[in-house]
Amino acid sequence: MSSITSGKSNNRTVVRPWAVAVWLLIWEAASVLIGQEILLVSPVSVVIKLKSLVFESNFWQTILFSFCRIVAGFLIATLTGTVFAALSACFRAVEELLAPVMLTIKATPVASFIILVLIWVPSRNLSVITSFLMVLPIIYTNVLIGIRSTDPKLLEMAELFRVPLSRKIIYIYLSQVMPYFQTACSVGLGMCWKAGVAAEVIGIPTGSIGEKLYKAKIYLETPDLFAWTLVIIVISILFERFFLLLLLRVVRRLERM
Amino acid sequence: MAIEVIKLSKAYGENIVLDKFSCTIEEGAATCIMGPSGSGKTTLLRILMGLEQPDSGSVNSIQGMRKSAVFQEERLCENLSVMSNIRLACGSCHTINDLRHAISAVGLPPDCISQPVRELSGGMRRRVEILRALLSEYDVLFLDEPFKALDSETKQIVINYIHSQSQGKTVVLVTHDITECEAMGAHHIISTLPQPSYP
Repeated sequence: MSSITSGKSNNRTVVRPWAVAVWLLIWEAASVLIGQEILLVSPVSVVIKLKSLVFESNFWQTILFSFCRIVAGFLIATLTGTVFAALSACFRAVEELLAPVMLTIKATPVASFIILVLIWVPSRNLSVITSFLMVLPIIYTNVLIGIRSTDPKLLEMAELFRVPLSRKIIYIYLSQVMPYFQTACSVGLGMCWKAGVAAEVIGIPTGSIGEKLYKAKIYLETPDLFAWTLVIIVISILFERFFLLLLLRVVRRLERM
Repeated sequence: MAIEVIKLSKAYGENIVLDKFSCTIEEGAATCIMGPSGSGKTTLLRILMGLEQPDSGSVNSIQGMRKSAVFQEERLCENLSVMSNIRLACGSCHTINDLRHAISAVGLPPDCISQPVRELSGGMRRRVEILRALLSEYDVLFLDEPFKALDSETKQIVINYIHSQSQGKTVVLVTHDITECEAMGAHHIISTLPQPSYP
């Protein structure tokens, strides 16, 4: 049984400040060489733009609008995917019933979903559905694999000791499924931000980050485009860190119980 | 009531592990199962534990009994603490103080109660498994080579503890070592060597 909380993965790519500095210098040099802000804005201009954006009244409102919807889609998908995976692990018929649905969601291009969903729901909530659809199959598949890979010897031991299901879930399944769940959340969070913002760019709900990106494209405001992209990256990374840390804390508390 | 094993047979493919094996396990006493490797000791234990079905034969008077066990190979949840591993089997029927007391009784440091078992040594983990088995509620206790990975001094402490805690309980011990049988106070020894067949 692998450890969840011990140590950091050795495979994790480390981002070194010097490497970031080199790429920023290359970016700056390229923008100076091109000499056209519309084609390639300089990193300095992006920072200046970002500074002015932060003090705009609707900057935080815009972030909150997109953040709430994309994260809501992610959380609903996490819950639904986990429940569906648990049901599939218990009942073969549920797994068979869900298999074509999950396969279809996974294979369908995100743009098709966005356009289809736009017909069904108002554009305000488009990113909730898109984010949900992106994350659902990832969580479902990973959690199901996690449940299936639970050590049969531990389950046999639990059977002998007549361990009730609730205790079995907390002590055995949770701890065995958690590494798969963490990976799924990490991948899912990256996906939901990309797909959620793409949906907003197509649906253009008023007051969303997607709308800002769309306007930047229309008015050829490249510094705005880069600044908002930077905002999305930062929020996405910060939320992923926060969410995974929270998960780790919960698991660690269970371990020490 | 004694547990009656009647003409138990079990084969894995061509390999016959138990062939019409019969024995009686006394109630409220320790019984040792001995025999060379591959003679079916663990298979017999697994059938008694209800984890395996025999090809033929039966086991009487074991239905409805609460079982507890130390398995031959390690079966701990490595991410969980010592306390969680014990509570997995026994729930919250023991207070933390009871658990600390039991932990000390088998020579484990009381501080390790909140430590994940992956951080413990082989011998320490074995003692956690033994505590888990002893602290859960049971009518019959199965011990499959429970003292391996323990040094002779610790082994003696643990045997004494098991012996004192399982007084009056039905205990089935699988071992290769006759001294362990004696230390556990087992008067009844069953051999899994092929039994002579009478016409």
